[in-house]
Amino acid sequence: MTYAKPLPVVDVETRPFWDACREGKLKIQRCANCGHKRFPPTFYCPKCNSPEHEWIESSGHGRVFSWIVVRHPVPREVYAADVPYVVALIELDEGVRIASNIVGIEPEKVTANMPVRVIFKPVTPEITLPIFEPA
Amino acid sequence: MYALRNKYAIAGIGWTDFSKKSGRTVRSLASQACINAIADAGLKVSDIDGFVSFNFNDSVPAISVATEIGVPAARYANDFLSGGNAANMIVLTAAAVIEAGLAETVLCYRAMNGRSGFRLGGGRDLSAYNITQFTAPFGWITYPQAMAMWCRRHMIEYGTNAEQLGEIAVTFRKNAEKNERAMQRDPISMADYMNSRMIVEPFRMLDICLETDGACAVLVTSAERARDMKRKPVYISGGAYGGGPDQGEDLFDALRWPDHSHNYAKYIADDLWRSAGMGPKDIDIAQIYDCFTYSIIMQLEGLGFCKEGEGGPFVQGGRIAPGGELPLNTAGGLLSEGYIHGLNHVIEAVQQLRGEAGVRQVPDIETCLTTAGAMTCGSAMVLRN
Ligand SMILES: [Zn+2]
Repeated sequence: MTYAKPLPVVDVETRPFWDACREGKLKIQRCANCGHKRFPPTFYCPKCNSPEHEWIESSGHGRVFSWIVVRHPVPREVYAADVPYVVALIELDEGVRIASNIVGIEPEKVTANMPVRVIFKPVTPEITLPIFEPA
Repeated sequence: MYALRNKYAIAGIGWTDFSKKSGRTVRSLASQACINAIADAGLKVSDIDGFVSFNFNDSVPAISVATEIGVPAARYANDFLSGGNAANMIVLTAAAVIEAGLAETVLCYRAMNGRSGFRLGGGRDLSAYNITQFTAPFGWITYPQAMAMWCRRHMIEYGTNAEQLGEIAVTFRKNAEKNERAMQRDPISMADYMNSRMIVEPFRMLDICLETDGACAVLVTSAERARDMKRKPVYISGGAYGGGPDQGEDLFDALRWPDHSHNYAKYIADDLWRSAGMGPKDIDIAQIYDCFTYSIIMQLEGLGFCKEGEGGPFVQGGRIAPGGELPLNTAGGLLSEGYIHGLNHVIEAVQQLRGEAGVRQVPDIETCLTTAGAMTCGSAMVLRN
């Protein structure tokens, strides 16, 4: 069966992130000039405008900054079997924020600042999504 | 900062029916709103020499409207690719364009088949490229889903609750009952609000604005010329556009936004009030961008009508209803009147300031705030009669 949900269109800036996910690693950028850590990926550092950067591995741990519970599926045919599902903004311990799903918990039990950790969910041979569960 | 205080004015307004299915092209809707605005001002098509519009790839360029209605010399045309954040910015741009001498009489419009055609609120392209590769793959796709994330954060920080959101929805519906333009005029109660279907927690169906086919147009010219026209001028006293740092890579993206309890309003407040030489206390009524109930709360706080975190209690107890301290969205707002991407708020502001809002007229008003946008960037104006 083909995967019907949106799949990341990997580009030259984001390939290292998605390649790392496939290897079970969550990576973010760190500016080689000023040390600023950033996500989502960009070519230039917003603090010093240096294009030089390295990819560092995140601890994969963070806390729930905010979350929603999707009850009405959009598009219906794609998400009908998934509702209710949780989308959260997660503050990683490294200080950057990432959007993802929280699984392994009833949607009603998710709370603010709840500790979570990354797990990896392969959805196609090329793409593995980083999702989160209670830590 | 805006330096044109009361030098420019809105001299005409026009709109079409607001419906779920216009059965017409977006171009013809835009043209109708523009023709109506020209007539309202008592002008001829040949008096028009500029256009400013905005769209989401769901409208027609200004030159096509100029062509359809037969404008002989369009000296300026600007089609912003933008969301509701631009609905006041286009009016400010018109004033700037005239000040610069590029045109004299400028039509600002927004036209869309927002329900029967391209639905902003429902679908987005499911291909997750650029920044959406970090949001859409997790089923975070629609604007209600985006804004619900912001709303939750305000609830976490300040205890904002469903009754407060509900009071906004119920108040605006009551306003729409008195507005013949409004799409939703059936009364709703707080119980109706609470029982409305949960779409994306914390948002219910009644927290989410309508989808509309229709168009609005606003005619801008110098205050001096406006005084010789058919209608009482409504002066643009001040305005601002912006949103501070980290506005994101598109209108959905707020991954790097510092604080989802506060939106663009906080960042443009100083510019806005300084430009108008006024403050929140000088505002008689306001038309605040309400794509969702919650966006009202952030804008009230951000623009200084109440302290940060107090927007929830502020909207309770009748304060935002007609007769209250700050009547809001007197036509029913995007929640109940219709969603012409916020430009309908400017139409209502002008009607109120002219004193021609009929049964919903708020008496003895001199100033009206309008705002546009809900998330990381937006615009606002202070209008006066
Ligand atoms: Zn740097």
